Amino acid sequence: MPMIYDSAKRINPAIDEIKEIIRYRDLVALLAKRDITTRYKRSVLGVAWTMINPLGMMLILTIAFSQLFKDVPGYPAYILSGLIVWQFFSQTTTAAMVNLVWGGGLLHRIYLPRTSFALAAILTGLTNLLLTFIPLMILILIIGLPLRISLVFVPIPILFLAAFSLGLGLLMSTFAVYFPDVAEMYQIGLTAWMYLTPIFYPERILPEKIGWFITRFNPVYHLVRLFRACIYEGRFPYWNEVWPAMVFSMVILVVGWTVFSQKADEFSYRI
Amino acid sequence: MKQPVIRIEHASVCYRIPKERIGTFKEYAIRLIQRKISHQVFWALQDVNLEIAEGEMVGIIGQNGAGKSTLLKLIARVLRPKTGRVWVRGLVVPLLELGAGFHPELTGRENIYLNGTMLGFTRKQMDQKCPRIIEFSELGEFIDAPLRTYSTGMWARLGFALATDTKPEILILDEILSVGDEAFQRKCVERIQKYREQGATTLLVSHSMVQVQETCQRAVLLNHGHLIAAGKVRDVIKVYRKEQAS
Repeated sequence: MPMIYDSAKRINPAIDEIKEIIRYRDLVALLAKRDITTRYKRSVLGVAWTMINPLGMMLILTIAFSQLFKDVPGYPAYILSGLIVWQFFSQTTTAAMVNLVWGGGLLHRIYLPRTSFALAAILTGLTNLLLTFIPLMILILIIGLPLRISLVFVPIPILFLAAFSLGLGLLMSTFAVYFPDVAEMYQIGLTAWMYLTPIFYPERILPEKIGWFITRFNPVYHLVRLFRACIYEGRFPYWNEVWPAMVFSMVILVVGWTVFSQKADEFSYRI
Repeated sequence: MKQPVIRIEHASVCYRIPKERIGTFKEYAIRLIQRKISHQVFWALQDVNLEIAEGEMVGIIGQNGAGKSTLLKLIARVLRPKTGRVWVRGLVVPLLELGAGFHPELTGRENIYLNGTMLGFTRKQMDQKCPRIIEFSELGEFIDAPLRTYSTGMWARLGFALATDTKPEILILDEILSVGDEAFQRKCVERIQKYREQGATTLLVSHSMVQVQETCQRAVLLNHGHLIAAGKVRDVIKVYRKEQAS
């Protein structure tokens, strides 16, 4: 049965895109593999940099703030567990945007499902995340925090994190296609966002009003909290910790995917 | 009558060109509030109707900017028509963009896999195709060297071998198909010839009337996005010549 392409036969672009991406799943995997292998191809330490990078950040932050936050138990592990969530989020959303705008020349030449770039960025991020688990586990053991059975719950926050990042990455890439400086603006936004998320400071130091706002409306806060519950605190999360993260990530994913695929046909006119 | 493989019905493509270049989001926001965004609409193709049957060899002619490559992009699925309909059956291989997705840091073999999946094949299918592609490209041991070490000719050879490994139902050709040295070029022409004999539909974009006359059974003339004439090559070329003269 030869494949048939019919531009008129399209019920919903978002659903079409899902079908196409399933057909092109191997492309997503190979794009991710390309990003991982080419990134460190000419460096001596290679993929080890993925692990060294957050460790370095953690070290600096620990040196700078450990006196201030003495009462946070296992402070380096507190930072690192938050940092790897944050780095996943900031790196994958940025990569989704950059891959589309810079790699988008391809879209003029051959047909590809346009979400492949963002999905490849997520897959690359997940690989890096798994790698950074190694130093995180070692650190937890060294510090003497307990490693508990609650670790089996970790895939759930990771799933939410991936869904949220994919949704936001798609949304930001849509903007970036139309306005090139969105990519620059987003970097500033990310910095502000990081300081408004309890990554390296404990939640309690937030001023009351700002704290009220952040603990409700900052999706990354919920993702970090869920992740930390299973790894750093070693307990299963409560339901009221799970549902905000779930709602935020699913809503953003659906919105991002829909907006992106509605606009995707115009990308090859623009990029 | 053979079955159609391409059907284009009332297809139009337009680009919206902002009258002034708006580069930043801030500017856009200001103009949006002032309601000062105006676009110029440029019709790259307008109400084009075309049907191409299985095994046909069709030449597409017209001046630069007439909409030839836009038409090909519609068929290759790169652009979606703003209005109208495009219907295509079978695998389309555009031999215009050989090795479009090659990455210089990856080896030849890695690039074969990555670009194969870009053409819509699965990794499993690529396992089968890979040895044939390597053989046809004559790259030998270079296949495991990164592409940045390749010469332009080697790059193009790999691109051609990859794109044409599976017999396509529809082949899109540019007049200038310069792939490697003369011996390899002959090999490419032979392969295209073979596919045509096996019934592949071929579209040829060309400025050379001689080439179109020699190879095509039918020609299509585009001018400023309109399909002006379609039919016997000789008649269409006559129309084109007359238009050029005036």
